[in-house]
Amino acid sequence: MSAATKKLWGVLAQYENPAQVYTAAERVREAGYQKWDACTPFPVHGLDKAMGVPPSKLPWAVLVVGITGSTFMLFFQSWAMGNAYPFIVGGKPLFSMPVFVPIWYEVTVLSSCVTAFLANWVMNGLPQPNHPAFASKAFERVTDDKFFIMIEAEDPRFDLEKTKTLLKEAGASLVEELED
Amino acid sequence: MAHAIEKPTDITIPSTSLFAKLPMIGGVMAVVGLGATLGSAFGENKARAMYAYLFGFEVALTVALGSLAWLLINHLVKAGWHVVLRRIAEATVMALPVFALLFVPIAAIGFHELYPWSHEMDEILARKTWFLTPGFFFVRAALYFTIWSALAWVLHSNSTKMDDESDPSKRASMTGRLITVSAPGLALFALSSSFAAIDWVMGLQPHWYSTIFGVYFFAVSMLSFNAFLALVSMGLQKAGVLKTAITTEHFHDLGKDVYGYGVFWAYIAFSQFILIWYANIPEETEFYIMRTQGGWQYVSYALPVLHFFVPFFFLLSRHVKRSRLGLAIGCAWMLVMHVVDLYWLIMPNAGLHGGGEGHHEPHLAVSYLDVTALIGFVGVFLALFGFWLNRHKVVAINDPRLGESLAHENY
Repeated sequence: MSAATKKLWGVLAQYENPAQVYTAAERVREAGYQKWDACTPFPVHGLDKAMGVPPSKLPWAVLVVGITGSTFMLFFQSWAMGNAYPFIVGGKPLFSMPVFVPIWYEVTVLSSCVTAFLANWVMNGLPQPNHPAFASKAFERVTDDKFFIMIEAEDPRFDLEKTKTLLKEAGASLVEELED
Repeated sequence: MAHAIEKPTDITIPSTSLFAKLPMIGGVMAVVGLGATLGSAFGENKARAMYAYLFGFEVALTVALGSLAWLLINHLVKAGWHVVLRRIAEATVMALPVFALLFVPIAAIGFHELYPWSHEMDEILARKTWFLTPGFFFVRAALYFTIWSALAWVLHSNSTKMDDESDPSKRASMTGRLITVSAPGLALFALSSSFAAIDWVMGLQPHWYSTIFGVYFFAVSMLSFNAFLALVSMGLQKAGVLKTAITTEHFHDLGKDVYGYGVFWAYIAFSQFILIWYANIPEETEFYIMRTQGGWQYVSYALPVLHFFVPFFFLLSRHVKRSRLGLAIGCAWMLVMHVVDLYWLIMPNAGLHGGGEGHHEPHLAVSYLDVTALIGFVGVFLALFGFWLNRHKVVAINDPRLGESLAHENY
């Protein structure tokens, strides 16, 4: 557990309120950092804008898979009921569009929801059992009443002293180094 | 949290704007449209004129009922986002008392022509006579209008009184009263609007029944009112009112409501259809068989496509809902489809009964009377809406949740 075997992962800065973390995020963005993130106990409106996060690609994944699932199910039902296993139910024609609709609808919803759920995990890099920030005692209050920004050492603009100064000048009440 | 909020100042309608002239324009439309329709009700086309009248009546009534439900729901859940838009709904809801007056021709002139159960009798109807008697029918109608008018008055007066109330504790108690009224109010609304739909529209075809019919009308009401609300909000901003108070965030939410109730409408409409189609009972299928004949089949096939699939994909994107032009097109489209939907619900029955020869085939033929009735009722509705909108400030300026609404943001 000696510090020598550890390598610097990044810097963690603590802020006291949403307004502080908001302005700090703007300054970090303006400084041109790429690999960084903000953590708050509750959603802070507009923080994604302050951070310059591009619009999520998630809706596109949901749309594409939703339409695919929807189309597949419609054809599958027609094929199953009409060709593969023709079976008359309730005296209705083999190809009965009305009975297909509930399944068609449900599979559209199901494929969209499952995609939204799974793509959310993939895009957020989950599951992630551990994170360097978990080692920080201060970071425990991220689920309570403190706001954090962390900048990774891998960022091309990362410079330990300069980055620390930037975060402090942005109003950080605490700046810590995180190790991997 | 004693932040001083910056209250909007552009809260009176300029006298030169179209909104200030609405009572006059709507009044002229009402006199011309209703005059022409009701005038014909005393001639040869009496039955047809009364069907057109009922059609126009329902088109406008559902929008007004939508505003009542919208207000009740928002009060009940203590919604914050809706405050900047609420006065528009409160102006709409005040049209309801006048609909009691507009119902009189249906009860007094067209009763016989519209409702076959008033003079026909067979085995099925014999079982329904406990409910379908003229006396009970009129009592029920009076009850619905009493409930709606009372709720409209309570919601409107408590909110507008707050505008001049300087004591915050009194304002809080008024807000509390609005919430307290909304809980039983919503239950009363649900029952009364469902039964009104059953009495006035389902009763056109008294053999037929559908247990989801009241919900269908709720979907129709909420959909049309949200579309109307979004369009009026845009219009008010064009007229220089609430230019900064109503933001893209509010429009986005209205877009979501229009979109969501559009899907809800399709869900309910299809649920009604599939059960009837599947069970295949003559009393029930009659409704759809009539609508697959004499030209009505085109409307029947067009409705799922134009009322559901087209707006579904059009309004799907967040960018469309957040763009004024996109949302305006979507809402205008929904209102047109709302008119088509009610036409499809009411009109196929016209000419089926009361012809003396018994059963007639349904036949799609748009009459000039449909147009005059629509013009008339849109006119009445806009005149009343304009009257109440101009009477008070366009925003509930002293509402405790105004700040929350002004700062509203979507995730």
